[in-house]
Amino acid sequence: MDAGFSFSREALDPAALARLLADDSCGALVTFDGRVRDHNEGRRVLRLEYEGYEALAVKEGGRVLDEALARFAIVQARCVHRLGPLALGEVAVWVGVSAHHRGDAFAACRYIIDEVKDRVPIWKKEFYADGDSGWINCEVRQA
Amino acid sequence: MARVRVEYFALLREHTGRGAEEVHTQAATARALFSELDARYGFPRLPSLKLAINDEFRDWDSPVADGDTIVFIPPVAGG
Repeated sequence: MDAGFSFSREALDPAALARLLADDSCGALVTFDGRVRDHNEGRRVLRLEYEGYEALAVKEGGRVLDEALARFAIVQARCVHRLGPLALGEVAVWVGVSAHHRGDAFAACRYIIDEVKDRVPIWKKEFYADGDSGWINCEVRQA
Repeated sequence: MARVRVEYFALLREHTGRGAEEVHTQAATARALFSELDARYGFPRLPSLKLAINDEFRDWDSPVADGDTIVFIPPVAGG
């Protein structure tokens, strides 16, 4: 069983990443590209930056993948996350899952991206068209 | 007195103006260490804050020992 969570400071190549999961026993390959979006909560986003606590993030990301391999009938799972400055449209995070059948491949891919976003110590700073910027999820909302 | 390394990420890194520092502390727990540093820096209010010691998530009541690396983890936003 092969699994891995890793970071990249270079542009991701989803087609090349998907080839790493090639396996003749697998009828399903489900991949997810998380891309840099040009808006968030009504504000126009120009670019963003990711920062990671890499030592812990690689461990926690690996645990997410191990959980997916234990919970779902899948063969391989990988996740790669970008760090540093990103432009609109770039792939910020890639998840790939191979499985004998599609059902668990879809479910595992969804599980991995949801858990990575929720648990892995990575931070996103958005830069807006109005000149402002902010770290996502770090604002204290006024009641 | 323990000598620990504290690392800062994201808005805490920007707020303190440093990625890491060595801290000499009397604090017995991570919570007490955070209070000491908060008194020095006046950290921004956050919706939540987690803790890591030596690259593993830990409870705020965990003891702080000489040589530990401590990280305060603001709300994450990968993906």
